[in-house]
Amino acid sequence: MPLLTRTFIKTGMTCLALALALGIALALGATNGLFPVYIHLLVFGWLTQLIFGMVFWMFPKFSVEKPRGNETLGWWTYALLNSGLLLRAIAEPMQANQPSTISGWLLALSAIIQFLAGLTFVINSWGRVKEK
Amino acid sequence: MPKLSVWFVRASFLYLLLGLTFGALLLAEKGIPFYTPVWNLFPLHIEFLLMGWLLQLAMGVAFWVIPRFSRGSSRGPVKLVWVSFALLNAGILIGVLQYWSPAVVLIGRVTEVVAGILFVIGSWQRIKPHGVL
Repeated sequence: MPLLTRTFIKTGMTCLALALALGIALALGATNGLFPVYIHLLVFGWLTQLIFGMVFWMFPKFSVEKPRGNETLGWWTYALLNSGLLLRAIAEPMQANQPSTISGWLLALSAIIQFLAGLTFVINSWGRVKEK
Repeated sequence: MPKLSVWFVRASFLYLLLGLTFGALLLAEKGIPFYTPVWNLFPLHIEFLLMGWLLQLAMGVAFWVIPRFSRGSSRGPVKLVWVSFALLNAGILIGVLQYWSPAVVLIGRVTEVVAGILFVIGSWQRIKPHGVL
């Protein structure tokens, strides 16, 4: 299993653990912007990140020279996904508790970064989705 | 990867991009309010990412990797799964029409259920132990 896949999956597992812990906090009555963070840790941080890692590993080879496409772009996807998600996890509760220009712009930045994570993934993986 | 899986997976990639675009607009609006009607995209954000991305990718990859038959059509009733693909995407896209007619959400959901049932019927026999023909 390539290093990028292992990194995706282990970070995804960390997001899963964090989300489950956050679920306990929510059940205990915590609110203030944490519910969207909980959902996105599960769906984006865990499920989508796991898929990104598995696709990089197991999808048909792009070419003999570059079997997994552009690996550098794959690392960019990893960095964008996790930095965007982390930024959201910090800024969303901030914005819910006490809206400010800083937390507002951090959320907007997080939105762009997470979108770019998906875009770089699709660009890198599209050519590997092909008939045998 | 069989042709049908290519269609499933590429469609799921397109829904991922659309769903993330809508999600980014919603999150940006939450941070810096710029156009409140953006919130009308919320149902599509969920539908595109859950049904269009996650479910559709799972169906495409399952059709590709689950055990094949060594006699007859190796992946079972392929046409049935093509119909499932078409209905799933029709169901998702019918959901887009909810802005003009909220009642169509039900039609879209029923279409998705039929797609799911056809996929299960088309794949059921392939869930088998190693060595079974």
